[in-house]
Amino acid sequence: MKLKKIMASFLAAAAAITCLTACKTDGDSGSGDNSGDNSTTSGATLRIGGSGPLTGDYALYGNGVKNGAQLAVDEINAAGGINGVTIEFRMEDDEAAEEKAVNAYNVLKDWDMDLSIGTVTSGACIAFGAEAAKDNMFLLTPSSTAVECIAADNAFRVCFSDPNQGVASADYIADQSLATKIAAIYQSDNAYSAGIFDKFKSEAGNKGLEIVSEQSFTSDNATDFSAQIQSIKDSGAELLFLPIYYSEASLILQQAKNAGLDVKVFGCDGLDGILNMKNFDVSLAEGVMLLTPFAADATDEATVHFVTEYRAKYGDETMNQFAADAYDAIYIIKAAAEKAGINADMSASDICNALKTAMTEITVDGVTGTSITWAADGEPSKEPKAVVINDGSYKAM
Amino acid sequence: MQKEKRQLKAATKSNIITYAMLIAAFIIVSIICATNDKMYQFKGMLVPLCIYSIMAVSLNLVVGILGDLSLGHAGFMCIGAYVGAFFSVLLKDNIPLDWLRFVISLVLGGVTAGIFGFLIGIPVLRLRGDYLAIVTLAFGEIIKNIVNLLYVGVDGSGLHVSIKSASDLNLAEDGTVIVKGALGITGTPNDSNFTVGFVLLLITVFVSLNLINSRTGRAVKSIRDNRIAAETVGISVTRYKLIVFMISAFFAGIAGVLYSHNISSLNTSIFGYNTSILVLVYVVLGGIGSTRGSIIAAVILYALPEMLRDLRDYRMLIYAVVLILLMIVNNNEKFNLFKEKISITRFIQNRRNGMKGAKS
Amino acid sequence: MSFLSYLVSGISLGSIYALIALGYTMVYGIAKMLNFAHGDVIMVGAYAIYTICITWGLPPLVGVLGSIVICAVLGVVIEKVAYKPLRKASSLAVLITAIGVSYLLQNAALLIFKSDTKSFTSVVNIPSLDLFDNQLHIQGETIATIVVSVIIMIALNLFINKTKPGRAMLAVSEDKGAAQLMGINVNSTISLTFLIGSALAAVAGALLCSSYPALSPTTGAMPGIKAFTAAVFGGIGSIPGAMIGGVLLGVIENLSKGYISTQFSDAIVFGVLIIILLFKPTGLLGKKINEKV
Repeated sequence: MKLKKIMASFLAAAAAITCLTACKTDGDSGSGDNSGDNSTTSGATLRIGGSGPLTGDYALYGNGVKNGAQLAVDEINAAGGINGVTIEFRMEDDEAAEEKAVNAYNVLKDWDMDLSIGTVTSGACIAFGAEAAKDNMFLLTPSSTAVECIAADNAFRVCFSDPNQGVASADYIADQSLATKIAAIYQSDNAYSAGIFDKFKSEAGNKGLEIVSEQSFTSDNATDFSAQIQSIKDSGAELLFLPIYYSEASLILQQAKNAGLDVKVFGCDGLDGILNMKNFDVSLAEGVMLLTPFAADATDEATVHFVTEYRAKYGDETMNQFAADAYDAIYIIKAAAEKAGINADMSASDICNALKTAMTEITVDGVTGTSITWAADGEPSKEPKAVVINDGSYKAM
Repeated sequence: MQKEKRQLKAATKSNIITYAMLIAAFIIVSIICATNDKMYQFKGMLVPLCIYSIMAVSLNLVVGILGDLSLGHAGFMCIGAYVGAFFSVLLKDNIPLDWLRFVISLVLGGVTAGIFGFLIGIPVLRLRGDYLAIVTLAFGEIIKNIVNLLYVGVDGSGLHVSIKSASDLNLAEDGTVIVKGALGITGTPNDSNFTVGFVLLLITVFVSLNLINSRTGRAVKSIRDNRIAAETVGISVTRYKLIVFMISAFFAGIAGVLYSHNISSLNTSIFGYNTSILVLVYVVLGGIGSTRGSIIAAVILYALPEMLRDLRDYRMLIYAVVLILLMIVNNNEKFNLFKEKISITRFIQNRRNGMKGAKS
Repeated sequence: MSFLSYLVSGISLGSIYALIALGYTMVYGIAKMLNFAHGDVIMVGAYAIYTICITWGLPPLVGVLGSIVICAVLGVVIEKVAYKPLRKASSLAVLITAIGVSYLLQNAALLIFKSDTKSFTSVVNIPSLDLFDNQLHIQGETIATIVVSVIIMIALNLFINKTKPGRAMLAVSEDKGAAQLMGINVNSTISLTFLIGSALAAVAGALLCSSYPALSPTTGAMPGIKAFTAAVFGGIGSIPGAMIGGVLLGVIENLSKGYISTQFSDAIVFGVLIIILLFKPTGLLGKKINEKV
């Protein structure tokens, strides 16, 4: 009984804090509330919101996006902003969970977000995107790959979609005659990995590739891969397809070497970052091929600039394709906003309508691709780069 | 006799306080929502708060009343969420009345979860203590693992089910895949809102409190307090345990349906043991066995990390520290004495007793 | 030959589970609490080695010893600060606190070491074995893990049954009050238990990350849960039980992955666990509880 009393007072305190927080956000949004229209923007700045996993299992990707986007925002502001308007960027933590992503979206709305870069992971992005679609809030996700993420007409993406990557990988392997007997290890409880593999499998069938061993793992079971590797060894596969993230891939490569599995390895953009893994023995990744829109050691001016600046500011730890995608996302928003003539007095919905049209009209050269254009369905059109790892760095194939 | 009556009265009084607290909270929140245009964060948290409160109240039945440690409660939520969402997506166009479809989803989700509770309960409830805990955890993980690999599609010729991949469904041209493996179910209609959530919470609390104070509830509590003694007076341990376990699973299923109709993307990642443990934290912090405490703790602990967002990177660290401190402070003898001193109920009682003087 | 290979890697993985489970079971036996933070102590131990050996460039032995000291101190501090005030509280209250400690360690590691996965350099320097014309390959790490966990199990058993502090532990686990009356310092005995358990966690961390060299703030969480499962499987509180439970769990996991399905391996492992517990409701070597009215 008494305990509950105390709890009740905690509750009251909690409610009070919530109200205070709400008041405070109302406070710094300035003119936001006065007009009574809650989608009016807040005067002199353009506010870009995003959410992603900043803690937990996928923190690596969320923090990459956060830093990459912040870098671009700082650069743009230093150069005078978008159409002379300063931009502000805020990244909220969603722990890669759908429900938390919706909470994050609401927090950003309280902050008077004008447009968003969506979320980092697919499931969260679908939930976040559904809310954004209701409000007609512009969304350009740097890294959510599931098809459903950009189902609404207000949503666009920077990265390739899952089916796109799966099909491109199978085509590339078949067209370059890399192998005919293929084994794959994918993460069955991850939408990105399972999505790519599913499309890869059907396309491989069309292209006459034979999938001889189909192995998977779950996030609960992602340390020991020796059983999968042994099965692949027994299957006589010539090539191992890894549509997974690089942390697990580093373990698989290590264990494959230990088990004496000698096959070609082919991966998707999730493998990017493996060479930046601290203390990683790059000889393990020798000869690994991957399709990635971004290569940190590319020598073109945009990439060199991005990599140098990023390293100087945030170090190496999240220097990956997610950061590059987010960096591009902000510059894409800039290009579209300039095309559409966005100013800070427009409402979020007006900004969205203007950007929707502008997105299909722009062509952007970024870190993750050159001459990128967008169709009205939100998918980017850009060429994946196939690279092979050679002496610890990417070489174009 | 007299004493028993007084006890009963105390129980009723406590229940009235619980209902009053809930209704007062509902009214206050409704007023806040109606008078504020903004506060999206606050409004957005309302349905999740109902969901986790229902979860906590239903788990409290198992942990608090039955006295068994369950670490698989999220598994039942998962079943409810998937069944409900599947039904709603399947019949999105066939049942024009949103509320009717949602009610059917709720019943289906809840009942399916309840059936699973029954099926799992039969073998599991023979175990005790940590062994029971690990087996419920295992069941939760099994459910998650299988649902993760589930693909269900529908076309002209009916339902197609596969546990391998979408391409194995062999759907006709016009078919759609509803359950998409790891990606789960997307595009569930957004049928839940705070009022619905609140009504469901009220129903859960009503059933739970009535169960606790019923003949069944007393039998169950006697099992918790001394199983062998209960058995000797002819109480069927398995039967009563199963009843409670099923009801608990049913409401977890209801919470799941509510969850899947609140967010348009449903997958299994949230239904792991972490969520089960989180709900357990609510129950324990709220005071094991206390329905009201479960709700209050769920509200506070769900809202806490959200309110700490301004702390940025330190958010979850502070949350962890607060959790530890709450546990320690709550179990501190000096603090408990202090609490008793400042307790209003105690204060009133003391005064009343004082007035009655030497009578008692 | 595939079978042997599955078996060997299963035993290797299982020995690591067993090592972690030993820590779990010891703390459970004496303090009667499920220390959910145990897995995260392993992660701290691994980061300690990473910092000492890779960032500072000191030899592996120094790293392992340093890590053992750090974890032992950490374990005692956690016990004193977080668990000791709850000694009279219900075991569930302590469980929740342990979960709080687990969150705390993970998030502290996230702030200090950042979110990126780090590649670990093996601290084991034993050549690998090739048997049957190179058909069967056994890693040096595997040999080290198996040997170390067997030695530790035997040493622990001897320590508990033959030495004075060990018997004090037994007494405390049997009856705290009576032990105190017999002049045993219950507080220091429990501290000692946490000290040993956490030191074991450091060893487990070193071996886990040597065999599976990817280190991130959530590295310890899943092995922790698996080891908890293993400890219960073997009969929680029993030291040989933890060992057998861990190894069996690893073997079942790998064989089911190899012969049945990698997609369903989680379901299969947990399914087997449930079936075994139904037939042996207190685990493989658990004590039968005699209930009195």
